[in-house]
Amino acid sequence: MNSELKSHKKMEPGGLTEPASSLKNKTGSWRSMRPKWDAKKCVHCMFCAVYCPDNCILAKKGKRTETDLNYCKGCGICANVCPVNAIKMVKEHEGGKK
Amino acid sequence: MKTHITFQNKLIVKKIGAPRKKIPHDIKKKTMLALTGGEAAAMAMKQVNPDVAAVYPITPQTPIMAAFSNYWADGAVNTEMIHVESEHSAMSACVGASAAGARVMTATASVGLALMFEILPVASGTRLPIVMNIANRALSAPINIHCDYSDTMATRDQGWIQIYSENAQEVYENTLLAVKLAESINLPAMVCQDGFLTSHSIENIIVYPDDIIRKFLGTRKPYRPLLDVKNPVTYGPLQLQNYYFETKKQVEDAMNKAKKEYLIVGKSLKKITGTDYEYFESYFLEDAEYAIITMSSTAGTTKVVVDKLRAQGKKVGLLKIKLYRPFVYEEYGKALIHLKGIAVLDRSLTIGAECPIYTDIKSTLFNMYVNAKKKFEIPKLQSYTYGLGGRDIFESDIESVFEELEKGKLSNEKKYIGLR
Repeated sequence: MNSELKSHKKMEPGGLTEPASSLKNKTGSWRSMRPKWDAKKCVHCMFCAVYCPDNCILAKKGKRTETDLNYCKGCGICANVCPVNAIKMVKEHEGGKK
Repeated sequence: MKTHITFQNKLIVKKIGAPRKKIPHDIKKKTMLALTGGEAAAMAMKQVNPDVAAVYPITPQTPIMAAFSNYWADGAVNTEMIHVESEHSAMSACVGASAAGARVMTATASVGLALMFEILPVASGTRLPIVMNIANRALSAPINIHCDYSDTMATRDQGWIQIYSENAQEVYENTLLAVKLAESINLPAMVCQDGFLTSHSIENIIVYPDDIIRKFLGTRKPYRPLLDVKNPVTYGPLQLQNYYFETKKQVEDAMNKAKKEYLIVGKSLKKITGTDYEYFESYFLEDAEYAIITMSSTAGTTKVVVDKLRAQGKKVGLLKIKLYRPFVYEEYGKALIHLKGIAVLDRSLTIGAECPIYTDIKSTLFNMYVNAKKKFEIPKLQSYTYGLGGRDIFESDIESVFEELEKGKLSNEKKYIGLR
């Protein structure tokens, strides 16, 4: 057993944990397809950022940034809604290089 | 109606049907009202004035929430009423509201409780002190709307405190007690009464003023509520092999703590009502040779029979279960150990195994026997199942149970009362 885990006497009751603790649980490893973003084609309409169900696409100063692959599950919604086809879904093992 | 009984060579004049002991309090502070068990529960709810109540009708619970809705419509309470589309939603709404920090109540029965089942351990596992009134009713099929305890007995392992009430007065007082008890240990509680037998029968009950009850209850002090946005917290996380086991152990620890807390809360409620709040009621049990163990309204019928047989000089008694979960094994053991024979009357069937109360009493006696330094004659036990689907149980039925006990007709086989 992992000795870092708390005993039932030292835990918060009812399974309560600190807020936003889901950020610690990186779920991107489930992915079999990954979105490949072409920055040259992108018109920064932010459709993908709005539609991403896992909040993996963030904007900085009105510009789209790289997809956060720590949480991206490869659902492909961003590629589907992109009006200029700037996002392509590639197989995880083939598109491994960023 | 008065009857003369001798007990320990003293002549006692006893009023049959009077459920209460003497009340040493100022008569101006209390009101006698004619209420059904359902209305008594609603009266308690009115005095509790919960922040949120989720409402969905089901026979025979409907009069509880109907009466409470009247108080709400009259402006007697400032509860947020949520009219949901099912019991599953009712309990889910309660869980959300309770996690937000509200004092939450609801009520249900039978298949409604069965539909809630998924959310019951969510409430206990998340440690939310929701209080729910239950009008016990049989489970389908065949469809049946009358009293037995199949519904609550099926949920007895899910971390809910269970208190069973014999009459409308007990429903009223137990509901008040349950709110305070639940909030003191952060576990949900059920207050059970017999569907129709209690929930629809009018009795005289004594009601105490709202302000006294509200002072007794105080306000809920929630532990890390969701609406405390300055101190955010995650509710309902995923806990797999790493933490689930520990969280469930915490629920069990809290339930064990409820044993002590029940007596403490009971003592502070006694200052208002003058009633003793014990784990169980012993009726002529101290010097009895044979006893019946049962709960709720059947205990009332048994008391009449015990009075009658005591008048004939027979040493019989009754143990009425009040707090059923948590189950206080040691205290039961001490109360039962001197008996020659015990009949356990269950109003529910554990299909394929022994009945719930019988199993618990058997464990109690076994524990006593195994842990005793000197071996002793263990009381003989007999399991009876009765009254499924609301089938009547008569005084004569209970008399014949006592007769069988005296004759020593006891076995490990289940026996049935009133079965054709």
